[in-house]
Amino acid sequence: MRSTILQTASNYLLPILLLFSIFLLLRGHYYPGGGFVGGLVASIAFVLHSLAYGTDSTMKILRYKPLSLIPAGLIIATLSMFAPVLFGLPVMTGLWIEQPIPVIGMIGSALFFDLGVYLVVIGVVLTILFTISLETN
Amino acid sequence: MESKVWFESYKWVPSLDINFDFRLDGLSLLFSLLITGIGSFIFIYASSYLKGHQYLDRFYGYLCLFMSAMLGVVLSDNILLLFVFWELTSISSFFLIGFNNDSNESRKSALTALGVTGLGGFFLLAGLILLSQIAGTYSIQQLILQADQIRGHNLYPLVLGLIFIAAFTKSAQFPFHFWLPGAMKAPTPVSAYLHSATMVKAGIFLLARFTPILGGTPEWSYTLMIVGGITMLYAAIHSLFRTDLKGVLAYSTISALGILTFLIGLGTEAALIAAATFIIVHALYKAALFLITGIIDHETGTRDLTKLSGLRSVLFPVFIAGLLAALSSAGLPLSFGFIGKDLIYEATLHADQKIAIFLTIAAVLTNVCLVAAGFLAGIKPFTGKLPHRFEKIHLPYKSMWIPPLALAILGFVFGCFPGIIGDYIISPTVHAVAGTAVDFHLKIWHGFNTVLILSLVTLAAGTGLYYVNTPDHKKMVFVRRFNWISPHNIFNKLSDGFVSFSTWYSATMHNGFLRSYLLKIIIFAEALLLYELIIGGPIYIDYSKLSEISVYEAVNVFILMAAVVLTLRTSSRLTAVVGTSVIGYAICLMFVFYSAPDLAITQFTIDTLTVVLFVFVLFNLPPFLNFSTNNSRTITRDAFVAITFGAILSVIAIKVLQVPTVIETSEFYGKYAYTLAKGKNVVNVILVDFRGFDTMFEIVVLSIAALGVYSLLKLRLKSSERE
Repeated sequence: MRSTILQTASNYLLPILLLFSIFLLLRGHYYPGGGFVGGLVASIAFVLHSLAYGTDSTMKILRYKPLSLIPAGLIIATLSMFAPVLFGLPVMTGLWIEQPIPVIGMIGSALFFDLGVYLVVIGVVLTILFTISLETN
Repeated sequence: MESKVWFESYKWVPSLDINFDFRLDGLSLLFSLLITGIGSFIFIYASSYLKGHQYLDRFYGYLCLFMSAMLGVVLSDNILLLFVFWELTSISSFFLIGFNNDSNESRKSALTALGVTGLGGFFLLAGLILLSQIAGTYSIQQLILQADQIRGHNLYPLVLGLIFIAAFTKSAQFPFHFWLPGAMKAPTPVSAYLHSATMVKAGIFLLARFTPILGGTPEWSYTLMIVGGITMLYAAIHSLFRTDLKGVLAYSTISALGILTFLIGLGTEAALIAAATFIIVHALYKAALFLITGIIDHETGTRDLTKLSGLRSVLFPVFIAGLLAALSSAGLPLSFGFIGKDLIYEATLHADQKIAIFLTIAAVLTNVCLVAAGFLAGIKPFTGKLPHRFEKIHLPYKSMWIPPLALAILGFVFGCFPGIIGDYIISPTVHAVAGTAVDFHLKIWHGFNTVLILSLVTLAAGTGLYYVNTPDHKKMVFVRRFNWISPHNIFNKLSDGFVSFSTWYSATMHNGFLRSYLLKIIIFAEALLLYELIIGGPIYIDYSKLSEISVYEAVNVFILMAAVVLTLRTSSRLTAVVGTSVIGYAICLMFVFYSAPDLAITQFTIDTLTVVLFVFVLFNLPPFLNFSTNNSRTITRDAFVAITFGAILSVIAIKVLQVPTVIETSEFYGKYAYTLAKGKNVVNVILVDFRGFDTMFEIVVLSIAALGVYSLLKLRLKSSERE
């Protein structure tokens, strides 16, 4: 069941949705959004692609197994959690760079924590869905 | 005599006032010496007794654990610390009793012991916490200073009851005594250690430790004297009916523990001196007798008293040890047992005049039986004619027969020179228990008086009883006729009942059907919410506060209801899935209407992914069975539960409006989200900053779930691994 319309649409939608997910991730601290939702949107982008082209070809685009995103995300989140300890502050204290960076905005340890959440969510959703889809076909 | 006290403290949980406070006073010293002293003999003995055993390393591990736990109990000055060690002794003794873990009976006894002593530990914790609530401290020294206040408190009887249960279960007092004979399934070195010097003495220690805090009241004295009295008589008589050597020892141990409880209950200075002395007397001869039993069992392969006889010619040094231990147990002059027995009679005779005569009679009767029991265990196997089958028996390693011989000889050394023990150990102990310094010296000879006559009568009567009472299986049969009213039987019935209740509970409550779980969860929630609503007072609707219903909302609700009906009526799974996702999207729209964009967007993506997941697995699911379309009873039940739930939630939603909103929390986050966490989206700030730990754990849980799914689906068992 390959639909040309879906395939063509997903060619454009995949980058746009990914960009949107990063947008959601970055703005999360000020406006609706955040790592969790961003991660879900990014997963949907890949899921859409897999519906159009099949899970195998989506796995090729990803290059790495989605499972490997989970430890990466957990490590980033944990590091951002313990980073304040290096500055002699309690665990999970928010650290922020004083001046906003162009395009990205304010950068702080919370953003990295959110990035960790983002990666874990993508990893978890895609691992579950793709494993089920590959195993059941 | 002035006694010195050592104190060491290490911080553990200073904020809760729980620290490693160790205090070595007379009482602790007495028990520490027993634990380490007898323990050393047990270590030596076990090295040959269990030589070549597959799990010898494990055995020593358990034994060391147990020994440290016991030392912890007797040295703790913090009652919570004491409790921790107390539980550790229960757990480590469980391992020791169940050491022969391939035997069903051994496992069962270990469980019974753990059940009874663990139950006691539970009561102990409750009692100790109550005690600390009354006095506001966990320190035993502080508690002693507030003793009068504690004794006068309303909750004093409750505290007392709880601590008594703990002590009685641990020290095998009637009616909790039955775990102790069962625990004889353990290897003999374990029985010797647990039942002569340590485990069962922990309860006695507890009573002694708490004497200056709780003792001295009529409740304390009479309870202990009655329970101790019943235990000592009951067990002493019981011990005569046993044919198993270890059985005799087990019941005479229970009886000795009864005597100790009884003496602590009596609580006079003389009684405390007698108790402290008797602890040592009993530990020495009982450990020796147990070790001798172990040797006999090891060499002959039986512990049946009707079969054992004449072993003196083949196991001569063991016979000497047995003879000395039995004589010390009988209280022959010049043995330490003689002094112990004298002190007991001294204590009972000088008790309150009204009861002194009864106490003395009880003590004499008990001791007569104990004399006979001691002879039965220490002398009987060695006398008479050696049966043919035992002729080839040879003496075991020195490391096996020297410990009991040394212990038995010590019983006479202390008997001849009681001053050493009396001045350096007994006197500080009594000082610690009674709270005041006492001036006394143990003497070999108290002169010709009533006590001496009683002692001699006891010895004579006990010896006579020993000759009259020959071990016979028929008597066991007689005893068994009363088994149905024994506490042990009642306990077993209770535990069987508990097991069948658990089985029934698991079968009905955890039947593995998702629909049944959902039903129960919802019904339970309904009951809770209904209760809350009923006691919550009247409900009214303030129409002025309600906003108007817009067209969008009306349309949205209509779509939602249509989707619900569709989901319920359809006979296709795909339609049902689509139906539920429409419901989800409609709810998302509601969130959008009421300005909860974060919630809406999350719900939206989740709903989408759920549908995708369903599509992936759709073809692998079993045929769709709509349970509620083919059984009218099920339909009625489910509909009733569902509609009730909806109705209750609606009422709650109305009620929420009339309750003044607590806005402190939202105000806090609103106020500090930017100043503290530099964020303007409060939801996200809560997620990544204020409650960042929660989020951290949530993503860990998510990861575990993903790994679970991945490994379950990728699992490829070889044909040999499949069941």
